[in-house]
Amino acid sequence: MKKIAFLLILAFGIFGCSSDDDSQQEVLGCTDPQSLNYNISATKDDGTCEYEVLGCTDPASSNYNPAANTDDGSCIYNKNVTFNFTQNWDGQSVTNADFNNTVYTNESGNFLNISKLRYLISRISLQKADGTTVNFEEYKLIDLTDPASLNLTPALMASTGDYTGISFVYGFNEADNTSGAYPDLNAANWNWPSMLGGGYHFMQMEGSFDDTSGAPQPYAYHNGTARVSNGVFEQNFIAFDFNQNFTITDDATIEIKMDISEWYKNPLLWDLNDRSVDLMMNYLAQKDMHRNGATVFSIGAITQ
Amino acid sequence: MKERSRKIYFLLMALLAIGLFPSCSSNDPDIVEPSEEYVPTPKPLTVPPIFARLLPPPNIPADNPQTEEGVALGRKLFFDPILSGNGTQACASCHKPSNSFTDDLQFSVGIDGIAGTRNSMPIYNLAWSINNKLFWDGRAQGAEIQALEPVTNPIEMHNTWENAVASLQSHVNYPELFKKAFGTNSITKELTAKALAQFERTLISANSPFDKYVLNEGTITPQELNGFQIFMDESRGDCFHCHGNENSPLWTDNIFHNNGLDAIITDKGLGNVSGDPNDDGLFKSPSLRNLAFTAPYMHDGRFATLDDVINHYSEGLVYSRTIDPLMKAVSRGGVQLTASEKADLKAFLLSLSDPSFINNPDFQNPN
Repeated sequence: MKKIAFLLILAFGIFGCSSDDDSQQEVLGCTDPQSLNYNISATKDDGTCEYEVLGCTDPASSNYNPAANTDDGSCIYNKNVTFNFTQNWDGQSVTNADFNNTVYTNESGNFLNISKLRYLISRISLQKADGTTVNFEEYKLIDLTDPASLNLTPALMASTGDYTGISFVYGFNEADNTSGAYPDLNAANWNWPSMLGGGYHFMQMEGSFDDTSGAPQPYAYHNGTARVSNGVFEQNFIAFDFNQNFTITDDATIEIKMDISEWYKNPLLWDLNDRSVDLMMNYLAQKDMHRNGATVFSIGAITQ
Repeated sequence: MKERSRKIYFLLMALLAIGLFPSCSSNDPDIVEPSEEYVPTPKPLTVPPIFARLLPPPNIPADNPQTEEGVALGRKLFFDPILSGNGTQACASCHKPSNSFTDDLQFSVGIDGIAGTRNSMPIYNLAWSINNKLFWDGRAQGAEIQALEPVTNPIEMHNTWENAVASLQSHVNYPELFKKAFGTNSITKELTAKALAQFERTLISANSPFDKYVLNEGTITPQELNGFQIFMDESRGDCFHCHGNENSPLWTDNIFHNNGLDAIITDKGLGNVSGDPNDDGLFKSPSLRNLAFTAPYMHDGRFATLDDVINHYSEGLVYSRTIDPLMKAVSRGGVQLTASEKADLKAFLLSLSDPSFINNPDFQNPN
């Protein structure tokens, strides 16, 4: 009996003691008010304070920071960019459905139709606002009779953010314009004769026009390296560099427009009665194409 | 113990297989599905050096890879008259190895003695037929489709596929050969065409004197070289826009043109296929390889000699509404080559012919 009473007293004592201890014991926790998990009731810091780490917290982004706990809006995403090549005649859309059917009037007053239009675009790049560039490696032979060739989605993706410019080369620059170097272009029979400097055609535009007596005559407006004289050649590609402010937020499509009418008028009035065929070895014709080409391309819609 | 049970398992499987095979080859009505495990021996095409350097890889359909057994079957079929209605004509009757797989007639004659209306096309380098549009008018998309047509064409092999397949199925060897090639001895027209296409893709020609010259392994004569310059000169031959160049060794653009043969178009060519009147009179540019063996020339075989062909482009062009702009000198009748230019051009063209191709033992009749 005594023993039981003793035990009861002991138990009471222990209970009482422990509750007394609680009120006096240190509260462990983070005691730094600057921390994310500051515990206002903590009396002793236990080393668990967590501090804000700014960064991108989305694992799906290209700059995900696993250490970050606070998203600061800096996430960058890689997006596909598709270049869509469209053609128009002074604003009027031109597709292969127009081939042989639609009659155009150039600045010289020639009535002409188009039966073939193929051209080469290379070295497309995008300039970012931060001064870096996105350089796409692909070149594209655009052929209006092949709808798949009107779009190019390079393997390289572009990061989201602000951009300030778009540039590309019409044709191949001197380093790229190497004879026989591109199997797909060889198979497409796109080569430019070595006696004219070699490499590849930049454009083949063909069709028929009415001569001064109204009779249909062929034209073959082919452009590539210019032959100055035997064994002497002059580069003839055109590098385009457009100032263009845009922001990539998602997969984007950038339209690159060719105004075909410009090949005939600016700055040089091109009369097909004077120059229609056998133009490849004609140095002046090749250089005049180069001059007129400067205003042929522009950037159209950017959609995403 | 484990080893033993495995052995027993294989023994059982073998017995099962032995039990199955005789029932298959004896025209069992229960058709055995293609075995998923059977894989014929892969036999990728041997790409010649000049193609490896300058052209994309060969275009082989994913559902018809090249195999040793498939090619062997295709070769046997190609030379076997079994596919024709009366058992007298094979593919090779109009596509002879000695003629670079065409024949020497203007129009081939079918089993009933009726002549066609187009010149038989030579067969080579099919795996580099870039747009894969076969026949003069491009109506067959790929060799597997092309091979189906002559068998049933009433003026060619004049058979039905039902009958042709039945002949093959009841043949003493073919069911087994199809089984080796495709894992099934249930013969179909599609498998027959696949085997033919596999054999046809092995017909690669890239060993002409001009190929060796481009590879720096041989020389050509000054006359041939001069002919090549004329070929490449826009103001003289201007042949290269449709017929290749030293870096485009297919010697065709594989696309369709009206090359100024007739003032009035009687055979619409591509226009019959597309339904577009702007395509009337357009035919596929043929390759210039092996011209030494492929006369006569043009889609209708109208030119007996290469001289006739060159004369056509030099002074025989005729205007029609769909004439290709590349026939730019049509108002003068053509590019007006001199006699010596013509001779040189012809010499160059013949340097694209490849005797080792027509004599290749792998391409001859195995039957």
